Amino acid sequence: MNTPTLFGLCAVALVGVGLYGLIVNPQPLRKILAFNLIGSGVFLLFGAIARRGATVGMGGDPVPQALLITGIVVAFSATALAVALVQRLFDEAGSVTLAPDAPARAPVEPPDA
Amino acid sequence: MTLALAVDISLALLVLAVAGWIIAVRDTFGAVIGFVAYGLLLALVWIRLAAPDVALTEAAIGGGLTGALLIGAAARLRGTEAAARAEYPGALTRMLAAILAVTVTAALAIGVLALPDPAPTLAPAATASLAMTGVGNPVTAVLLAFRAMDTLLEAIVVLLALLGVWSLAPDRAWGGCPGPRRLVDPDGVLAYLARLLPPIGIIVGLYIFWIGADLPGGKFQGATILAAMWLLVIWAGLADTPPISRTWLRILLVIGPLVFIAIGFAGAITAGAVLAYPEGYAKPLIVAIEIALMPTLVLTLALLVAGAPQRMPLQ
Repeated sequence: MNTPTLFGLCAVALVGVGLYGLIVNPQPLRKILAFNLIGSGVFLLFGAIARRGATVGMGGDPVPQALLITGIVVAFSATALAVALVQRLFDEAGSVTLAPDAPARAPVEPPDA
Repeated sequence: MTLALAVDISLALLVLAVAGWIIAVRDTFGAVIGFVAYGLLLALVWIRLAAPDVALTEAAIGGGLTGALLIGAAARLRGTEAAARAEYPGALTRMLAAILAVTVTAALAIGVLALPDPAPTLAPAATASLAMTGVGNPVTAVLLAFRAMDTLLEAIVVLLALLGVWSLAPDRAWGGCPGPRRLVDPDGVLAYLARLLPPIGIIVGLYIFWIGADLPGGKFQGATILAAMWLLVIWAGLADTPPISRTWLRILLVIGPLVFIAIGFAGAITAGAVLAYPEGYAKPLIVAIEIALMPTLVLTLALLVAGAPQRMPLQ
């Protein structure tokens, strides 16, 4: 097995780990972390493909590498926006739960049976 | 098995182990610390994949800046941890999620193993046209000449994200300073580091920015280091975040994309296509765009970490 294939398989495993965490973990901040894991898995797969495109005098295809730099910066700004949304949710509601039936500040009366 | 392959396998296993830790550990703060380590490990992977430009970006932004952002958020949201544990889904949901994750991974793995050989590549095309741009680093040539449209849109997306963060300010704080006021011991270690490190960091940041034309480096990596230095000074209480209503701040935030757009549209007249450069002027125009983007990126990246405005400045 060569290096690009190895890290390509590592990348798809990262996508799987991140996907599991995104579904299972209820905390928004942990979901943001898991989403970043999926994103880095996608980036790494793209990077492995860039490495496969190596030619004489160049370690990898520079076009995907440049797009990866763009992608990492955009992923960071999306993460910052997501964190700011969670922070605002916390400031407004006093909790960060995403559960649809969760009580806000004051518990609501259960509906009549 | 060669030594290089052994290193690669250990690195891949280590990355996966840290990723598992980030998902599985109970404490969010621990997960965030794991994420910083993960970013640095990924930077090593990028080196192994012969992508030093991406490695610098990953270490600076993926590990450093994202880590700083998430550590702050995890510390502020610490009180919500206990309540969230009660919401952890049951065994059935976890099993279905695991089955879904394994299925997606398996499908992607089949794709990885079935990649075409020889691999399609644009490297020869990039090499052939590199001389026309006057820059020596093919990644920089792609970012600012061959695929300049992506970089222009990215600069605007980053700015839009900052507007999105700012728009989450409560009404009373609109136009005010992002982040809490820092009260730090002026003789403490943090304040000491905030006086010691910035001169070195500014030199390193500017060097990485300037060298990016010919060697691995560039404006994103350099801007991240400069942004980190500014944040260090802010967090040590030696300076405050500027109120977002300041005119100089808003001008610097838009100057990079505006210069980029102006040079891009000038290309429609002088070189026959939007974002094309007239022959012989590619290098100076690329440098002009990079210099204009630099303050925009430093401010945007740092202010994205600083968050929404929370308070009005002291009169």
